[in-house]
Amino acid sequence: MPGKSAPEGSWIGKPVRRVEDARLLRGRGAFIDDHPPVANACHAAIVRSPHAHARILGYDVAEALAMPGVVGIITGEDVAKSTKPFSVGVTAPVQYYCAATDRARFVGEPVAVVVARDRYLAEDAAEAVVVRYEPLPVVVDPERALEPDAPVLHEAVGSNLAGHRRLVYGDPDRAFADAEVVIRQRFRFPKYGSTPIETYGIIARWDDLEGILTVWSNFMGPFIMHPLTARVLGVPENRMRFIVPPDIGGSFGIKSSIYPYIALIALCAMKTGVPVKWIEDRREHLIASSSGTDRIADRELAARRDGTVLGMRYRWLDNVGGYIRSPEPGCSFRPTGNFVGPYRFQHLEVDASVVMTNKSLTGPNRGYACGHLYFETESMMDLLAAEVGLDPAEVRRRNLIPADAFPYRTPTGGYYDSGDYAATLDKALEIAKYDELKRERATARAAGRYVGIGLALAVDPSVSNMGYVAVALDPQFRAKPEYLPKSGAVDSATVKIDPLGRVTVIMGTTPQGQGHQTIVSQIVADELGLTPPEVTVVDEMDTFTRVWSISSGTYSSRFGSVGTSAAALAARKLKAKLVEYAAHLMDVPAEQLEFRDGAVRLRTGKGASYSVKDLAGRAHWHTQSLPEGMEPALQATAVFGFTVSQAVDAEDRVNSSNTYGFIAEVMAVEVDPATATIKILRYVTVHDAGTIINPMIAEGQIYGGALHGLGGALYEEMAYDADGQMLTATFMDYLVPTASEAPEIDIAHVVSPSPLTTLGSKGLGESSSMTVPAVLANAVSDALAPLGIRITELPITPTRLWPLIREARAKA
Amino acid sequence: MKPPKFDYHAPASVDEALALLARYGGDAKILAGGQSLVPLLNFRLSRPAALIDLNRIPALAYIRAEDGEVRFGAMTRQRTIEFSPLVFERVPLLTEATRWVGHLPIRSRGTIGGSIAHADPSAEYPAVLRALDGSVVARGPEGERTVAAAELFQSYLTTSLAAEEILVEVRLPAMPAGAGYAFEELARRHGDFALVGIAAVVARDGERCTMARLATSGTGPVPIRLREAEQILERDGLGDAAIEAAGRRASELVEPDADIHASADYRRHLTGVLTTRAIRRALAKAGHG
Amino acid sequence: MDKNETATVKLTVNGAPHEGRCPPRKLLVDFIREDLALTGTHVGCEHGVCGACTILVNGEAARSCLMLAVQADGAELITVEGLAKDGKLHPLQQAFHEHHGLQCGFCTPGMLLTALDFLRTNPQPSEQEIREGISAVLCRCTGYHGIVKAIAAAAPVLKQS
Repeated sequence: MPGKSAPEGSWIGKPVRRVEDARLLRGRGAFIDDHPPVANACHAAIVRSPHAHARILGYDVAEALAMPGVVGIITGEDVAKSTKPFSVGVTAPVQYYCAATDRARFVGEPVAVVVARDRYLAEDAAEAVVVRYEPLPVVVDPERALEPDAPVLHEAVGSNLAGHRRLVYGDPDRAFADAEVVIRQRFRFPKYGSTPIETYGIIARWDDLEGILTVWSNFMGPFIMHPLTARVLGVPENRMRFIVPPDIGGSFGIKSSIYPYIALIALCAMKTGVPVKWIEDRREHLIASSSGTDRIADRELAARRDGTVLGMRYRWLDNVGGYIRSPEPGCSFRPTGNFVGPYRFQHLEVDASVVMTNKSLTGPNRGYACGHLYFETESMMDLLAAEVGLDPAEVRRRNLIPADAFPYRTPTGGYYDSGDYAATLDKALEIAKYDELKRERATARAAGRYVGIGLALAVDPSVSNMGYVAVALDPQFRAKPEYLPKSGAVDSATVKIDPLGRVTVIMGTTPQGQGHQTIVSQIVADELGLTPPEVTVVDEMDTFTRVWSISSGTYSSRFGSVGTSAAALAARKLKAKLVEYAAHLMDVPAEQLEFRDGAVRLRTGKGASYSVKDLAGRAHWHTQSLPEGMEPALQATAVFGFTVSQAVDAEDRVNSSNTYGFIAEVMAVEVDPATATIKILRYVTVHDAGTIINPMIAEGQIYGGALHGLGGALYEEMAYDADGQMLTATFMDYLVPTASEAPEIDIAHVVSPSPLTTLGSKGLGESSSMTVPAVLANAVSDALAPLGIRITELPITPTRLWPLIREARAKA
Repeated sequence: MKPPKFDYHAPASVDEALALLARYGGDAKILAGGQSLVPLLNFRLSRPAALIDLNRIPALAYIRAEDGEVRFGAMTRQRTIEFSPLVFERVPLLTEATRWVGHLPIRSRGTIGGSIAHADPSAEYPAVLRALDGSVVARGPEGERTVAAAELFQSYLTTSLAAEEILVEVRLPAMPAGAGYAFEELARRHGDFALVGIAAVVARDGERCTMARLATSGTGPVPIRLREAEQILERDGLGDAAIEAAGRRASELVEPDADIHASADYRRHLTGVLTTRAIRRALAKAGHG
Repeated sequence: MDKNETATVKLTVNGAPHEGRCPPRKLLVDFIREDLALTGTHVGCEHGVCGACTILVNGEAARSCLMLAVQADGAELITVEGLAKDGKLHPLQQAFHEHHGLQCGFCTPGMLLTALDFLRTNPQPSEQEIREGISAVLCRCTGYHGIVKAIAAAAPVLKQS
C-alpha cells in the first residue's frame, strides 16, 4: 500500500481539490433526473389550486383520463381515502395531507395528479382536469389573520394561531424595571427561499409482491421524515426504501421539505401500478415548495447607560402559510439555545406566535430562523449604541461572552462549546481597517455622500438537536407520562479495507455540493496514513443499507461536526483493530505498537512492521490467524452522537444545537440618494468554525451563504397580493442575485476547536446567510443616519428606500 | 412547463411565411429569436395554433447602410449587432443599448425584428427606435409599407402591424457625426428588463445644442419620446440648469405603471434622474460641432 | 408540420452525428437529455433565466430550453460532454477545478459553455466584464467567487491555444 504521508503531517487543513469535480465538470453527475433507476417510469404533472383559499366541491377527471398517454389520475379524494395526515409539531389539530382534500389553502397547493407516458402529455391532461371550487375569503397578513373576524383556515383549530409559547428566562421584568435605557423597535423580515438550481425530483416504485415501496429522491433529510411518511402511506417502515442519488443540485435547507411530495408521488405509484417520476418545474418550486417565514417582530431591549444589556423581550409573529408543516415551528424555536446570540445578558422573554395564512408553506431555509434573529438583535445593538453614545463595536464588546467563560451555558439552555468572540470581532475590525473606514466615512459625509459602516455578530449554531422541536409544546404537555422526550444528533460511517489493502468509506449523508467525498477522503487518509485519492468514498444514502437514525441527513450544517467525527472514529476503530491484530501476529503487547506511516510498528521504531496491505491480506485470507475473539473482516462502523444533545427541560431550556461557531462581520456601503441603490464598498467576514478540514470548501460555503443572505437583504421576496396570488412565480420576478450583484468578500478564520467533536470541527454551511441581512441593514442605516433613516424591513429595495430618502430630504 | 401542441412551419422565404400566416388567419405566431415567445409557450400563456419560424430565411439577416440609414434584416441577431463595426460607426447608440439587452446567450438568439415587434415597453430597442426616429418595413398580402417609430407602438406588446403582416426590416437613420449618445438604465439585477431606461443623443455646436433626442423604456405602455425635454436643451443649451430642467420635464412627461419592482412614483423620479445622467454622459462623448 | 406528427431531427453533437424523432413542441433541452441521452445539460427554469441549459449552437451560447428540437435540425451543438478531450479536462474545466468554481455542479455545464462563448468574444476580460458575461447563469452555491476566479485564470490559457 502506498503509504505516502501528508505534507506537513496532515491532510486536515489542506485545500485538497475535490474528487467530485471530475464527474460534475464533464456533465456526468448523477442527479435525480439523469439516470433512470427503473425502466418505463411514467411522469406526473400536478394540478394545483389557482385559489388562495377555496372549498373543493368536486372533481371531473373523465375528459383528462381519456387523453393520449394518460395512465391514471389521483385526486384529493384518493388522498383522503388512502393516506393519513402528517403529524405536525404543535398540538393544534391541523390536518395536513400531501394534497388538498377538503379545502385549498394557498395558491399552488396540489389538488390532483395526472400520471401519463411523458411530462408533455401529463401537462396536457392536467389542464383538462376540472376541479370545482367555492372561493373563500383570503388572509395573507399575519396580524390580520389573528383578528377575531379574520377568515379561519382550519375550522378544527378555530383560529389561525397554530401555536403560541411565552418563554421566560431569568427575570426580564426586573431587568426592564432596573433599566436606565429601554429601546423598542418593530421589524419585518421577508419570506424568501433557496431556489436551488435543481428543483425537487422523485421517482417512486411500488412492488406489490413484496410490499416494498422504493423512492428515489433528492431528499436531504432529516430522516425522521422517513417514518412519518411511511405512517402517512400505511407502509411499514422496513418496507419503505428511500434512496438518494450521489448528486443533489443544491438545497440550502429547502429539500428537507420535499417529503409531502414523496407521499403524493408514492401514492400515485401505488394507485396506478406503474413507476412514477415527478420533476418539479420552476414555477411549481416558486409557488409551492418552501421558504422561510415572513415575520413581524417587536423587540425591546433593557440596558444600563454604560451600554450593558440587562435583558430583552422578543415578540414574534411567524407566518407559516396555509398549514404548519414539520419541522415548523422551528422558525421560532430552532435557535432557542442561542436566542441571546454572543451576549452575556441573562434575562429574556420570548413571545412567539405561529400564524397560518393563505401563503405557501415554510420550513428550513439556509440559516433557519437565525437570519431573522440576528437582523433584529444586531439592529437593536446599533440602536443601543446610538442611544448611549458608544461606537457600535464598543457596545458589542462590552456585552460579549468572555473567552474564559467557555464552555458557556446560555440562560436558554445553549451550551456554547468554544470560542473567543472578542478576538474574532477584533480580527474583523482589523482586517476591515475599521478606524480608516470611519475616517473615510467622515470625509464622504462632509462631501454630502451617504457612506455607512455596519457590524454584525452571530453565534452560528450547527447540528440541531432534535430536542428543540419540543419547545413548541407546553411544559405541562411534555410532563405527561405518555409524552416521549426527544433528543439527539447522530451520524454514521463505515470504513473497510479490502483483501489488497484498499480503503473504502461508506457514508449515509446526503451531500448537496459540500464535497463530502473529498473531506472524508482527507480525514480517513490522515488516520490511515494514505493520500486522499487512495480512499474511495461512497456517499449514496439508502435506508435499506446504511446505518441511520431519525436525525440523519445533511441539514443544519451537520456534516462538518457529526459526519466528520463518525468518519474519523470509524477509521480509528479499524486502526485499533489492525494494531491488535498485528500485536497478535508479532506476539507483543498492543501497547508496544503504534500505527505510523501506513503500517503497524513497534513504538521503539526497531524491528519488523506490518503494512496495512500485509495485514489486510492475512486477515481476509486466513481468518485462523486472527486472535481469539476478534471479529473477522476488516471493517468498522462508528455512530457518532453528542452527549450534550438533551431534551428540553421543564424551564424550556434546551441545547438546541450541538456546536456553536461564531461570525463577526464588517460592511461598508454607499447609498446613491438619487436612485436609492446600494453599493457594497467593503465586506469582511471572520468565522470561527473550530478546526477547518478543507479551507477551500469551507470558504466556498461562506461565499455562497453570504450571497444567499444578500439575496434576502436586497433582492428576494416571495410576494403576494391581498388575494393571495403570488407575484413572484418566475425567475424574472423572484430575483436571485447574479455574478454582477455578488460583492468581493474578505474571509478570515479564527480557530477555537470544539471539545465535542473528534477533530475539533464545527459546521459552517449556513454561515453568513444569517449575518448579511443584519450587517447590510446596519450599514445602510448608518449611511442614511444623517437623514434619520433606520432600516427595519427587508429586502431593502430601491422602490422601498427611495420614498424614505425623499421624505427625509424634504424635511431637512 | 412544457409547451402545448402547435403546428410548426419553417418557411424558406417571406412570401411562404406570409401565405402560412394567411392560412392560419391570425392563429399563428411568428417565431423569431424565441427569447420572449418560448417562455410564454412553456408557461402555456401563449397557445398559437401554429408557429411560423423565420430562422430558416437567410435573406432576413443583414446589416447594410443605405440612404443615410442603417438597415437591419428582421432576423439579425442582437449579438451580431453588438459586434458590428458598421453599427458602431453609424448608430453607436444601438451598440451601447444592445449591451443592456438580456444576457449573452439571449442576445445570440434574440433578433432586432423580434424585439421590436414584441413591443415590450421595458425593452431597449423600442426606445432606440423612438429616439432615432427610425422606422420598420412590414410586408403583408398587399405588399410592403414603412411604419415610422412614432406610429408603431400602440400599447403593451402591441404594434400597429396587422396580424397578416411580418416585420421584415428595421431602419435607423445614421446619427449625425460628432453626436454624443448614451443609454442609461436601471434594472434590479444585471440583464433584467429596465425599471427605467433612457436613450439619449445630443449634438452640439459650442454651447448650443443642435439636436437632442430622448426616449424612454419602462415608463408605461409604450416607449415615450421626451420631445419637450429635448426642446429645453435645444432652446437653453447644455448648461447644468438646462440639463436639470430637461430631467425634471422628462419625469413629468411619463405616466409609468407600478409593479412589484418599482412604484409609479419611483419610476417617474428615475426618469428624471436617468435623463440627466444620460444627457451628461452623451454630452461627454459629443464632439464640439 | 402538423402538431401530432413527429419530425426527424439530424444534428451534430460534440462532433458526432445524431438523429432522433420528436413532435414539434419538444424543447431542445429535453431532446438532448431524453432522446440523445446526454444528461449533462440541465434543466433549471424552462424560461430562459437560470442558464443551466446553456449549450453552444453553431458556436454560440444559447438556452436550449428556449429552442425547439426541430429548430436544431442541421445544427452543430456542443454540450458539456464535448469539452474534455482525450481524457483531459478542457482548460476552462481545469480552471474551475483548481479555483473551486463549482459545488453542487448543477449550474456548471451552463456556466462553462456561457463562459467559453464569452471568452471567445472577449479574450482579455476585466473582472467586471466576466461578472456581466456570466450574469446569464444563476448559481446558488458559490457566490460566484470561484467561478469568476476560474474564468479569469483560464482566459490567458485559452487565448494562447
